[in-house]
Amino acid sequence: MNTGKRPVAAYVDRQASTPPGGRLESVHRAMMAYRVYRWFALIGDKFGISGQTLVIAIPFIWLLLFFLAPFLIVLKISFAEPLTAIPPYSQLWQWDGETLAIHLNLYNYIFLGEDDLYWRAYLSSIRIAGISALLTLLVGYPLAYAMARAPASWRPTLVMLVILPFWTSFLIRVYAWIGILKPEGLLNLLLSWLGLIDQPLTILNTNTAVYIGIVYSYLPFMVLPLYANLEKMDLSLLEAAADLGCRPIKAFWLVTVPLSVPGIIGGLLLVFIPAVGEFVIPDLLGGSETLMIGKTLWSEFFNNRDWPLSSAVTVILLGILLVPIVYFQRQQAKAAERA
Amino acid sequence: MTARATEPTKKKKWAPWSDPEAEPFIRLVDVSKRFGDFLAVDNISLDIYRSEFFALLGPSGCGKTTLLRMLAGFEKPTSGRIEIDGVDMADVPPYERPVNMMFQSYALFPHMTVEQNIAFGLRQDRVPRDEIARRVREMLDLVQLGPLAKRKPHQLSGGQRQRVALARSLVKRPKMLLLDEPLGALDKKLREKTQFELVNIQEETGITFVIVTHDQEEAMTVSCRIAVMNQGRVVQAATPTEVYEFPNSRYVAEFIGDVNIFEGRVTESGADHAVIGAPEADCRFRIDHGISANVEATVWLALRPEKMVIGKTPPEDPTVNCISGVVWDIGYLGNLSIFHVRLDSGKTVTSIRTNRSRETELDITWEDRVYLTWAPGAVAVLMT
Amino acid sequence: MFNRLTPFNVTALAFGYAFLYLPIVILVIFSFNESRLVTVWAGFSTKWYVSLFDNTKIMDGAWTTLRIAFISSTLALVFGTLAGLALARFTQFRGRTLFSGMVAAPLVMPEVITGLSMLLLFVALDWTRGIGTITIAHTTFAMAYVAVVVQSRLVTFDRSIEEAALDLGATPAKTFFVITLPIIAPALVAGWLLSFTLSLDDLVIASFTSGPGATTLPMEIYSMVRLGVTPEINAVSTILVGIVTVGVLIASVLQKRAALQRIADERLAQASE
Repeated sequence: MNTGKRPVAAYVDRQASTPPGGRLESVHRAMMAYRVYRWFALIGDKFGISGQTLVIAIPFIWLLLFFLAPFLIVLKISFAEPLTAIPPYSQLWQWDGETLAIHLNLYNYIFLGEDDLYWRAYLSSIRIAGISALLTLLVGYPLAYAMARAPASWRPTLVMLVILPFWTSFLIRVYAWIGILKPEGLLNLLLSWLGLIDQPLTILNTNTAVYIGIVYSYLPFMVLPLYANLEKMDLSLLEAAADLGCRPIKAFWLVTVPLSVPGIIGGLLLVFIPAVGEFVIPDLLGGSETLMIGKTLWSEFFNNRDWPLSSAVTVILLGILLVPIVYFQRQQAKAAERA
Repeated sequence: MTARATEPTKKKKWAPWSDPEAEPFIRLVDVSKRFGDFLAVDNISLDIYRSEFFALLGPSGCGKTTLLRMLAGFEKPTSGRIEIDGVDMADVPPYERPVNMMFQSYALFPHMTVEQNIAFGLRQDRVPRDEIARRVREMLDLVQLGPLAKRKPHQLSGGQRQRVALARSLVKRPKMLLLDEPLGALDKKLREKTQFELVNIQEETGITFVIVTHDQEEAMTVSCRIAVMNQGRVVQAATPTEVYEFPNSRYVAEFIGDVNIFEGRVTESGADHAVIGAPEADCRFRIDHGISANVEATVWLALRPEKMVIGKTPPEDPTVNCISGVVWDIGYLGNLSIFHVRLDSGKTVTSIRTNRSRETELDITWEDRVYLTWAPGAVAVLMT
Repeated sequence: MFNRLTPFNVTALAFGYAFLYLPIVILVIFSFNESRLVTVWAGFSTKWYVSLFDNTKIMDGAWTTLRIAFISSTLALVFGTLAGLALARFTQFRGRTLFSGMVAAPLVMPEVITGLSMLLLFVALDWTRGIGTITIAHTTFAMAYVAVVVQSRLVTFDRSIEEAALDLGATPAKTFFVITLPIIAPALVAGWLLSFTLSLDDLVIASFTSGPGATTLPMEIYSMVRLGVTPEINAVSTILVGIVTVGVLIASVLQKRAALQRIADERLAQASE
């Protein structure tokens, strides 16, 4: 800290030209937004709405209209009958001036219960998503661990390299695997060149290809929460474990892994939930044996044009995913609170 | 509830709080603040006078920061009234209050330069440009930051940031400046120096300062008066000397500085003297002034370590206050030595002696029997 | 002692990144293949790029996609910022639980569900499906991402900076625009870019909500893939990958420069002590 009085002239000539508050580009840009806001606030004032109400109301109304309302409509249509009309479903209620006729058609749900195609599709989706999530964990944990323990100066680059594929098209990344996995594809060429196989392996259009596709596409969702968790771990805990006579491998299982459980759970959920409803991967990489509900829903909707039935499929899928989604959201809220 | 007969003698000096005619500048009347179930501020009434340097002192969670934030307008009192210069602040939002605050984290705007930070408040008031420029320059002079005017906060050291924050909160010439642990982020040496700078600036500008701190030395160094707070209440509001020498409760005595406390029972209570028996000390404390407690009442005796004289021989005059014990531990600090003496009752008392002579070994050592004596006026008699 | 490159860590990094990047690298290499077969190398050629630019369907799809992405990510930025602000700053208002649920749910909601329900809404409202409806759908799910980014930035934001502005006489709204917004600008940029790429990338929701005449690039690529694997798709992919890579490289160079500047600034601060 300076104590002696500094010569005044030293700064007077430097700052004489611009008064303070002159060049403040970011602030000026923000001021433009502020003027727009003021205009809205003025209108809001006329109707007795405060700025705070506006901040909440605008996104709230948007989400009510375009996120919640659609689900209610799905629920409604799942109780309708398919028609060959526009729109291709019957109305639930009719009002002829005197009587209100409500026509709830439970057939869609009964059909879903009876036709084991759907049950098998749900179960198989859950199984494939679950196995894929675990496989992603197996691939992702060592990577996240190695990233978190890499020299600090490397880490931002390593993280960026994990995110980079995520920014490139998902569809393209799935497409890339077709060329690799198909019978005359690069993997088979490589394996036969190495002399490991004489017959090309059938991987494309099987569940194996779906697993590979999901693990590959969702890897960043697993690695990033794990990395965030492992990176902030206090390494002196491992030193303490070593000091108390614990070998590094045992310390890994007894200290590192238990502490990274929140990251593991977060990663598993981030992979599992969207994978259950995955369409592109089973469609492009899976075969006829691959039963996944997203694919079933898609074909029910686009090929059979049975909107009420696909709505019922959606309602049940949503019901299945509700528990993990709510759980995920709780975790997020808890993490936000801790921060 | 101070048990003293005479006001502390002092020279005629500026002390509006002891003048019943003086008009308080800031008035808190029965102010309470509740957060859910937690009563952060519990029915505080307080007067602060114009140009006073007032400190709110207490441990963390005692409500001092909440009180400050209510003065700034960031929190609304659950009940009670706050007046600044005669104006009720109930419905005045922070951005319309004639009050500015210096934040613990300094809260400098990271995207603005030093001078833009300082100019911010003036620009909100639509002060003309050339006047802004002039007043910002004045402030930069005051805190000696002129050459750094074009820098951004992250290009400054901690001490410089602290001074920018101070300049920014002073430039609007507020009626009152609130300082929330203003020196907490500085290292000890810098903090001590800055304390005196703060006092100088306060005296130069004449602005009323209210400072929140948990550091008792800081509070004592800078302020005219200190309000010692505990669990949402003001336990004592008085000058630093009063708070130290005439605490009104065991809490204040123990919070400010070190103290030995004995439980006692009044055996004699006259107009100009009292005698209190303290079984723990095996001693009858003779007090040279009247106390407000009756015979048989239980009181507490607070005796500061530096008020006692330690010696190896008992006093010749048997009426001198004296307790005796064995040296249990010695702390040698260079300028001072601290003796922990275990009394026969098992209680340990602390005594401090200034090391006046240069010696390689102290004349008093472990296990020595020692006698601690003090003047009849050295003890504070506390009712609570 | 634990931050070091053990052989295990090096292997994990090598395998991990090879897994992530090899498919993309192969894709790029075969976009320059002379042969129509994407697995047999027959010499270098750029003919697939030439034929790509003559493919009006692809070019139209790309243009449609860019327009949708630009508008929806901008709308998502505005709504998402408001939503993030509401969640981070207003801890108590009626329907907050519902609101935060609606903000978080699109992050994990399977796209088929979002797409189907959106479509049924547009049918129920009897809106003509096309670029407009795709834009609305993309705005809705992208704003969730923006909201999360903004909310987490605001939660770590030092509130006393805003309080300082209030204390110095700025109204709450002005404080938000002049102090908060410029400081959280990087998070907003990140949120916008994320929304933009999500919109560029989306196949499923766009397929559900689009109508005749509004075919996006992913939809175009998807139908090409269904017809068979051709180097032309590799060429489109390479261009998309190239754009993203260049963008990310520029961003990281800028970041690196900012980091170096920060270090220099800190030295300056210490020197002036």
